[in-house]
Amino acid sequence: MGTLNQLVIGASIGAVLLLAALGLTFTFGQMGVINMAHGEFIMAGAYTAYVLQPLAGDQAVIVALPVAFAVGGVLGLILERLIIRRFYGRPLDTLLLTFGISLILQQAARDIFGAPNVQVDAPGWLTGGVDLAGVRIAYNRLFILVLAIGCVVAISLYLSKLRQGRRMRAVMQNRQLAAVSGVATGRVDQATFFIGSGLAGVAGVALTLIGPVGPTLGTAYIVDAFLVVVAGGLGQLKGAVIAAFVLGVLNSFVEFWTANGASFAKVVVFAVIIAFLQFRPQGMFVLKSRALT
Amino acid sequence: MSPVRRTLITLLAAGLLAGGCANDPSEGGGSGGNTIKVGILHSLSGTMAISEVTVRDSELLAIDEVNAAGGVLGKKLEPVVEDGASDWPTFAEKAQKLINEDKVATTFGGWTSASRKAMLPVFERNKALLWYPVQYEGLESSPYIFYTGATTNQQIVPALDYLKQQGKKSVFLVGSDYVFPRTANKIIKAYAAANGMTISGEEYTPLGTTEYSTIVNKLGQAKPDVVFNTLNGDSNVAFFKQLRSAGFTAQTMPTVSVSVAEEEVTGIGPANVAGHLVAWNYYQTTEGTTNSTFVKAYKAKYGADKVTSDPMEAGYNAVKLWAAAAAKAGSVDVDAVKKAAGGISLDLPEGKVTIDGENQHVYKTARIGLIQPDGQIKEVWNSGAPIKPDPYLKGYAWAAGLS
Repeated sequence: MGTLNQLVIGASIGAVLLLAALGLTFTFGQMGVINMAHGEFIMAGAYTAYVLQPLAGDQAVIVALPVAFAVGGVLGLILERLIIRRFYGRPLDTLLLTFGISLILQQAARDIFGAPNVQVDAPGWLTGGVDLAGVRIAYNRLFILVLAIGCVVAISLYLSKLRQGRRMRAVMQNRQLAAVSGVATGRVDQATFFIGSGLAGVAGVALTLIGPVGPTLGTAYIVDAFLVVVAGGLGQLKGAVIAAFVLGVLNSFVEFWTANGASFAKVVVFAVIIAFLQFRPQGMFVLKSRALT
Repeated sequence: MSPVRRTLITLLAAGLLAGGCANDPSEGGGSGGNTIKVGILHSLSGTMAISEVTVRDSELLAIDEVNAAGGVLGKKLEPVVEDGASDWPTFAEKAQKLINEDKVATTFGGWTSASRKAMLPVFERNKALLWYPVQYEGLESSPYIFYTGATTNQQIVPALDYLKQQGKKSVFLVGSDYVFPRTANKIIKAYAAANGMTISGEEYTPLGTTEYSTIVNKLGQAKPDVVFNTLNGDSNVAFFKQLRSAGFTAQTMPTVSVSVAEEEVTGIGPANVAGHLVAWNYYQTTEGTTNSTFVKAYKAKYGADKVTSDPMEAGYNAVKLWAAAAAKAGSVDVDAVKKAAGGISLDLPEGKVTIDGENQHVYKTARIGLIQPDGQIKEVWNSGAPIKPDPYLKGYAWAAGLS
């Protein structure tokens, strides 16, 4: 029973990882921008739910999903327009820059909302859970799982069915060729950044259900999110999904089987990723292209 | 270099940066003849800001009150506020700056044991004074530190006495992975062995962990009578939210926490934690006119929705106790204040507080509280009288093997 429970727990850890990493598959995976402020967009999404709470009551989490997408997206757009676009092709500079911006955003949140954590009430129908064959499934975990799956489906439809999505893939696969084919690559970059950052906002709303809401919320997830994207293969949605769930389940079982396992599970997960990248430095999946890169 | 490998290296570089950053809001220090400078050194940014900002606020309130009552030795106190930035070397650096450049008479500061351990050699080397306002793991008594928070025999040991009295036989230990929880749990295990209690599990998580479903699953399998929670900071929010959503209540999985006060309850959400126990020396609801005046003054200065908590009260006390010691000594000289401090007894929000001149801790009343649905904490038990501080637990036979 404990083992089966851990499988469910692993899946829900995976869903959280995936949700936090989804936005990065766009900005980092597709565009190659290492945006350390991504975690702060997650944080902004969480605070969006908090701000909406007086208006929407205990349904704030639901109302906040689209609003947080817009908030995260606009923040990302501002960052891209003002700063990041001036640093394309300079990953180290971008890294330092966005790291500084993440500190600024954290302190801004501290000044606006105060240093202590705030509380976002979960909707009544998301508290509690159901026991299925001795396995406890919490409704809020189920909600995060459904939300993650929903986001993945929406993204893959966008990338395959919509013209904008196809342009995004074209720019990612070969920027020059896309440009000479008449794709406004600057416009596409903006859209990519908007969506990637917006997804961070959505993740932030979901995370209010299980964790703390405070200025440093994003820092708890940013490294794991990058790991998922790197292990899955840059820009590979399928890879990110598989990597998130494999890491989640691995983490939950190692922690369960070892005494005082929380620290040990982290060690094992990191070791597995390092070993894996030794054999497949490009991640699980890789884009096949004839470009000379 | 492949792009992925480069990425990993840059990520690693970012991690190193995150660990080493600090900001430097230096304040110019003109030394007026009519003021006495005192240092306030807490984390105002970074992960610990969440807790330490409010302690700074209550210390500033105490300084205001001391000044309103005429100051110390006829001079007004002038606070010099520095940011430890949740980074232990920064604490040591800023302490040095307060002592050497600002020439403060004393410093109030610190929260984590790691920050205290970093500052300790600085204060000892410079023969300067530090007032440390948070409950901690004991086993320390620096001649240049005054400890106004509880040591273990004023918080953890009374909590264990209470649990034993309630008939709890098996205890599951959950804590953050650093010096305070590990030392506290060593003490708890020694106590349990001597008092016929069993330890049904012991789990540590890195500071900042937000994933507790596995530990909750382990709790469900071990079925302890009570969980002794020494988690610190944000982790408490995740732990209690996930404990509740796994279907446990305060009845089916009671916990007692030593680092969850009114402030943390607000962040966790009272609904998620109501009915659970905490152990402290002060609650906002503690009776007495001194406390109601303190609560009223704090709300008037910082906002009606603010709460007061044990570490905030201990920080407030530190300022008041130092001012009383300096007045008694007739000087702010460190040695004179140290000599005068022993035996000073004030009526403070938690009740009567007396400085033990020998180990420079204070006598404190232990209180067990029950978290209410409105986020306040109701006292359900107290030790009756202030307990003499015993940081090395010399008065307890079962603690003989601890060091």
